[in-house]
Amino acid sequence: MLLGENITLAITSLKSNKMRALLTMLGIIIGIAAVIAIFTVGNSLTISIEESLQSMGSNDVYVMVSERSQEHDYSQKLDGAEYAVSDSDAEMTDADYITSEMIQEMYERFDDDIYAINISHSAGRGTAEYKNTKGKVSLTGTTVGYFITSPIDIVAGSMLSQQDYNGQRMSCLVQEDFAKDMFGDVKEAVGKVMDVELEDSNISLTIVGVYKSASASGMGMISFGGSTVYIPLQTAMGITHSKDHFSTIRVSAAVGVDTEQLSKNIKSFYEPYYRNNADFEVTVMTLESMIAMLTSMLDTITMAISIVAGIALLVGGIGVMNIMLVSVTERTREIGTRKALGAKNSSIRAQFIVEAIIICLIGGIIGLILGITAGVILSNYMGYPAMPSIGGIIISLAFSMGIGLFFGYFPANKAAQMNPIDALRYE
Amino acid sequence: MSSIIRLENIVKKFYIGEPNELEILHGVSLEVKEGEFLSIVGPSGSGKSTLMNLIGVLDRPTSGSYYLDGIDVENAHDNELSDIRNQKIGFVFQTYNLISKTNALRNVELPMLYAGVPKAERRKRAQELLELVEMSDRANHLPEELSGGQKQRVAIARAMANDPAIILADEPTGALDTKTGRLVMDLFHKLNEEQHKTIVLITHSPELAEETDRIISIRDGNIVSEVVKRERQVL
Repeated sequence: MLLGENITLAITSLKSNKMRALLTMLGIIIGIAAVIAIFTVGNSLTISIEESLQSMGSNDVYVMVSERSQEHDYSQKLDGAEYAVSDSDAEMTDADYITSEMIQEMYERFDDDIYAINISHSAGRGTAEYKNTKGKVSLTGTTVGYFITSPIDIVAGSMLSQQDYNGQRMSCLVQEDFAKDMFGDVKEAVGKVMDVELEDSNISLTIVGVYKSASASGMGMISFGGSTVYIPLQTAMGITHSKDHFSTIRVSAAVGVDTEQLSKNIKSFYEPYYRNNADFEVTVMTLESMIAMLTSMLDTITMAISIVAGIALLVGGIGVMNIMLVSVTERTREIGTRKALGAKNSSIRAQFIVEAIIICLIGGIIGLILGITAGVILSNYMGYPAMPSIGGIIISLAFSMGIGLFFGYFPANKAAQMNPIDALRYE
Repeated sequence: MSSIIRLENIVKKFYIGEPNELEILHGVSLEVKEGEFLSIVGPSGSGKSTLMNLIGVLDRPTSGSYYLDGIDVENAHDNELSDIRNQKIGFVFQTYNLISKTNALRNVELPMLYAGVPKAERRKRAQELLELVEMSDRANHLPEELSGGQKQRVAIARAMANDPAIILADEPTGALDTKTGRLVMDLFHKLNEEQHKTIVLITHSPELAEETDRIISIRDGNIVSEVVKRERQVL
């Protein structure tokens, strides 16, 4: 085989014109680097989102009020039913929320299947003050079910009691770090009354317990701009003067219950309540459907960026073709000589195709290294563990070689078809 | 005595069927015996380059037949022509045509590479050939590091690589000064006498032609004279 010789020849030829080779490779380098960086970040993102969703427990069913999609609306109109004209950006009104009665009824209906119902209600953010020490807090009203689905560790004091819940007491649980900052020690915090200044009200909360910060995991507990303070749900409703209604609830299925089936049941349970609601409906999601949704979203983003990278690779490929045509013309006499010495057309073609493939492959490898580096840096910056996608690496190397083959074929064929006499005489 | 080259009534036309159709060779017949040192002379435009291209199977005649070492070239496929060039003909060009960026040794190996000779054998033969042309000490030099005479010697070694039936030399001393040209001519004589190579020398220099066994003069596409200097007894 002449392959080994052709590779040596190609490398010799590239070495003799390093700058040109590098510039030619640039398009391929950028294209491959972009693809690999995106795959790496996308892969890292997917894996960590899946991990964090998994930590929330696969038995949960999320029930939320969401706006009807336009198409959905349209198809229902086709059914012949009559609805009010829907606004695309409808405001939620009291009538659109899930009420306590609905939740109660749902619980009774699916008593055997439901392990716990987790309802939370944000009472807003504010500043807590105790003897001139201040700290930012975010108040979250919860039910007993909340701590069943998202368990926390109490390090001092006790959990919110039944009396706290039933009596709408101004009791609260604070975070360990927050307690240390405010009171010096976690034990000191228990029993203290702190003042909390909210946007439009001032309240006083009695600390009954301190929970461990590290246990914070899952969506409900991610707090922005303040340490999460848990208060009884009804207390939170009282603070915000909210009526007894919710936009999101989380239902934990009992052990051995099929969550998919439960989610279908819950969906059909809410159907009658929202049948005549033009703007809103109840959406029910499980962990699996959320993962599927996120994955498809990420896939769409990956696809879009891949198309852009594909265009970069196409342009790079055209650059390779261009430079190969130049190279073929420059080496016309060499081609003529080789033919006079007995090279077959196929040997000449192979020589130039191999050269084009080598250019693209080297470009691909450089791009790969840059892409992984960029991907790892980006992933780390975003706080995800970097996961280079092996499939992506293999595909992009194969793809860059494919580009070499595809864009190298035409110039190589031009070289192969040269008339040896004309080629020998070429000045 | 066998003829290694037999051209019969060769006609070569260009631009066939077009208004500017041009007939370069008007029915040339020529026989070259094995081991002969032949020269073809003629002024520019006489058709000697065209004749050389036909002898070197770089081109096909419009009509007439050509037998090279018993092979009917006329009916050969393109790939077979490549093999004929590779196995039967050793080209030596006026401009050397060594492959740049490739050292002398690899240049000599090239025809053997296309012939599929294994690497070790290729290397060994290339070294022997460089020794024959007294260029062993320059084996690893690139063409650009060699003088004209040295380049031509490497080119002659390359022409000998597959032990061809004929060496076709097109103005081999054309770009060299008299002294180095002399060395190259001596090398051809040596190959002719010691290795019994058939050599066809195309030249416009009457002095060089005088050294050969037979001089074929070509003018306006016809052989106009044939002078036999020496009758050779060929093995």
